[in-house]
Amino acid sequence: MTATAQDTLDAIDRHLLDDFQQDLPVVERPWAVMAEQLGIDEEEVLARLRRLQAAGLISRVGPVFRPNRIGVSTLVAMAVPEQRLDSVAAWISSLPEVNHNYEREHDFNLWFVVTADDQAHLCSVLARIERHTGLAVLELPMLEDYFIDLGFRLQWT
Amino acid sequence: MNTEHGMIEDPRQTALIAAIQEGLPLEPRPWAVIGERLGMSEEEVMRRVRALQGDGSIKRLGVVVRHRRLGYRANAMVVWDLPDERVAEVGHCFGRFDFVTLCYRRPRRQPVWPYNLFTMIHGRDRAEVRARVGELIVACGLEDVPHAVLFSRRSFKQRGARYRFVDLPEVPAASMEAGRGVS
Repeated sequence: MTATAQDTLDAIDRHLLDDFQQDLPVVERPWAVMAEQLGIDEEEVLARLRRLQAAGLISRVGPVFRPNRIGVSTLVAMAVPEQRLDSVAAWISSLPEVNHNYEREHDFNLWFVVTADDQAHLCSVLARIERHTGLAVLELPMLEDYFIDLGFRLQWT
Repeated sequence: MNTEHGMIEDPRQTALIAAIQEGLPLEPRPWAVIGERLGMSEEEVMRRVRALQGDGSIKRLGVVVRHRRLGYRANAMVVWDLPDERVAEVGHCFGRFDFVTLCYRRPRRQPVWPYNLFTMIHGRDRAEVRARVGELIVACGLEDVPHAVLFSRRSFKQRGARYRFVDLPEVPAASMEAGRGVS
């Protein structure tokens, strides 16, 4: 899938991606409700969602949890020497407690989120990372959330 | 059943969260399928999900798109060094823009890290991201506020947060890794 992924999407796909990011009804047959709004049948909604997921355009249909309401998490930054970046990043990604893990253009070049059941678990993961890599971690937990997540508005060109 | 820290301690609730965090099964009656796995009725599953929505634990429920795959190939974490007394005001100002997809206050870590407000900005290319940063500066009165734009270069791993690291079924590697490539 490349930059042209969008080109393969028809109007119903776009409607489906754009307008169902937040209020999936909690009813027995949610896809049937979507189907009615899209003017297609329930089976086709499911087929399209499966196809979009297989193509990697949607990661899932489900909940987005507010951070730190369930479990604890923190953003972590590390300054990794360039020649070690690939191997350190791969090892960090292999940890089940790590979700997003990005290289960013800065002296602090590796950024990831660690999520754990509780604070003790979180601290042990961070200690393990420092021990394994011999590098310091910058722990940047969320203190306040100003963002109301209404999904992401896509602009079709 | 939340503790003072806002964490959920009810074991049936945590089991449910573990079951839905990777997404709903794409089956005609998804809540019934989840209920079957957990030994809960479809009705109990739906009631618990509504409760999680009601107390704000679930921010939204629906399609979670992958920006990068949809042509939004540039993203930057833009960080701001604000006077402490301005953080809330500016945070709420940022929250009005639909191209800002995260806006958190985080601690400074002096001397290496002076920034205390973090935003995530997506765009189809870097020029669009930079233009949007400029728009925020004007709209929220940030002309004198130091900031840094950290463009993402590679995504090594991208998936929703997972909770409960014991008793979780293994996830196929293909669904855990995504978005590799240069932006």
